[in-house]
Amino acid sequence: MNQTQIIGKASLSFNKPAYISNYASVVGQLEGQGPLGKLFDCVEKDPMFGGTTWEEAESFLQNQTLRTLFKKSSLKPTDIRYIFAGDLLGQLIASTFGIINYNMPFFGLYGACSTMGESLALASMTIAGGFADKTIAMASSHFASAEKTFRFPLGYGCQRKQCATWTVTGCGAVALDSKEGIAKITGITPGKMVDFGVKESDNMGACMAPAAADTILTHLTDFNLNANYYDKIITGDLGYVGQTILINLLKQNKIDISANHMDCGIEIFDNANQGTGSGGSGCGCSASTLCSMILKNIENKVWKRVLFVPTGALLNPISFNEGKSIPGIAHAVVIEEV
Amino acid sequence: MNNQEYAKYVKEVTPAKSLWLNMLKAFVIGGIICTIAQFILNYLISMDFSKEDAAGILNIILIGFAVIFTGLGYYSKLGNFAGAGTLVPITGFANSIASATIEYKKEGYVFGVGCKIFTIAGPVILYGIVSSWFAGLIYYIVNYVI
Amino acid sequence: MDYLKAFIVGGLICAIVQIFIDKTKLLPGRIMVGLVVLGVILGSFNLYEPVIDFAGAGASVPLIGFGNTLIKGVKEAVDEEGLLGLFTGGFKASAIGISAALILSYIGSFIFKPKMKK
Repeated sequence: MNQTQIIGKASLSFNKPAYISNYASVVGQLEGQGPLGKLFDCVEKDPMFGGTTWEEAESFLQNQTLRTLFKKSSLKPTDIRYIFAGDLLGQLIASTFGIINYNMPFFGLYGACSTMGESLALASMTIAGGFADKTIAMASSHFASAEKTFRFPLGYGCQRKQCATWTVTGCGAVALDSKEGIAKITGITPGKMVDFGVKESDNMGACMAPAAADTILTHLTDFNLNANYYDKIITGDLGYVGQTILINLLKQNKIDISANHMDCGIEIFDNANQGTGSGGSGCGCSASTLCSMILKNIENKVWKRVLFVPTGALLNPISFNEGKSIPGIAHAVVIEEV
Repeated sequence: MNNQEYAKYVKEVTPAKSLWLNMLKAFVIGGIICTIAQFILNYLISMDFSKEDAAGILNIILIGFAVIFTGLGYYSKLGNFAGAGTLVPITGFANSIASATIEYKKEGYVFGVGCKIFTIAGPVILYGIVSSWFAGLIYYIVNYVI
Repeated sequence: MDYLKAFIVGGLICAIVQIFIDKTKLLPGRIMVGLVVLGVILGSFNLYEPVIDFAGAGASVPLIGFGNTLIKGVKEAVDEEGLLGLFTGGFKASAIGISAALILSYIGSFIFKPKMKK
């Protein structure tokens, strides 16, 4: 029992895993028309999700995802010890107003688009450490509220660059349990911030790829593993540009993930035909892909174990205007079949 | 790899839309907007408006169309296609103001619309006024002082 | 002939600006500012008026024309009022464009709702 759980430079290997007991995903219409469309629990046609503002829309999206999660499982909000959640809007507007009515103790997280990795890591640590029996990890993003926060009003006519990504309207929530479930989290490698001085806000893949490479490298070193140990190494929202850079950076370190790498941003849209550029992005991209295709494949034993690595670009419109670069971050979570 | 090397590498692997195709789109759409404007201008002049009045009325009409197109969601679509073709004409200026008023009205008519109406267009007005002030000052010195 | 000139000159200006959008990291706001300031500079040397005479709306509708109008207004006001004209000319000359954009957009905000991009 007292065997250490602390591994290598940054990782944890849980003695007792945190089980994933259930999961839910809700997405917008464009995501519903994409290749993963049938795998989501709910595709909402109304981009406002019944609200009147984009901020309210995203909080209703989170609220609806939680409702779906409770409906799918036999859980009640009172069973949940802690919820770890976040989004992209200023001071976590969507999480605050999406979760408030459920009366659950709440940790609000900001990890840019890596938030699902951060919330899963903390929620599983809490369970593995014996501090809770049931937790929830959740993250969301909404195309319109993100455009408004980070770019321009939606009606503004400007050209999207080829390397730009498209913020996913979606939310994913995972219920974690100390006893049993359909999959388990056995270890994590929280990432450090990596900054190569990139200042292009429309080339997020290039901002995040070095961080993803660093986290994956640290993880494989800490656990003393080869890349092919995993059926899939799944990054969050690098897109085509970021994927190319990631595979190349790791090759320089003599690690080849070209065979088993997958990126949620590339999977969630049919990018060539849906006009979404380099791929999907946002917290909701990795969160909704995890809570549909990835966990379904683990539940159905298609994959034995995957390394889930949501990636985030720590962009802020103010610091960007003040000339600061956009650092990247990525957190790795080991998800295995039971 | 240092920052400069990385930036260079990123440039290599980042695909770009074809410049020639983008220029062609900008040329055609920008050209069409100007042609329509010329048509309106000629019509106004044929209605016996003075050249200056006609130019003013033309501006109002173009801006009116831009506001309507923005509200219906067409201007952003056209802008993604045409790039500079919709940015450069005065309609792009109107679009930047109209898109802000429509987007921010939910934050209130004073602090939302009122404060954020110039989010994109403000710099254009500011630098237009300031630069013409400086240029005018030089004009004054050259013509009336020296 | 008017129309062909307007189409070609207006289109050319847009196509040249497209090079700046694609080849530099300038955001649209900076491009718009650059065009207006360029118009002011060209106008102060009387270089843009001939282009407008040749191409009509093809030269006056792009934002360079807006800058040209501004400096033209300032110069006229300086000629009439002296130094005070520096402070009145710009806004007088651009009054229609700015007022129309503000007023019509304000009215538009009552009519239209924010829309999702498709």
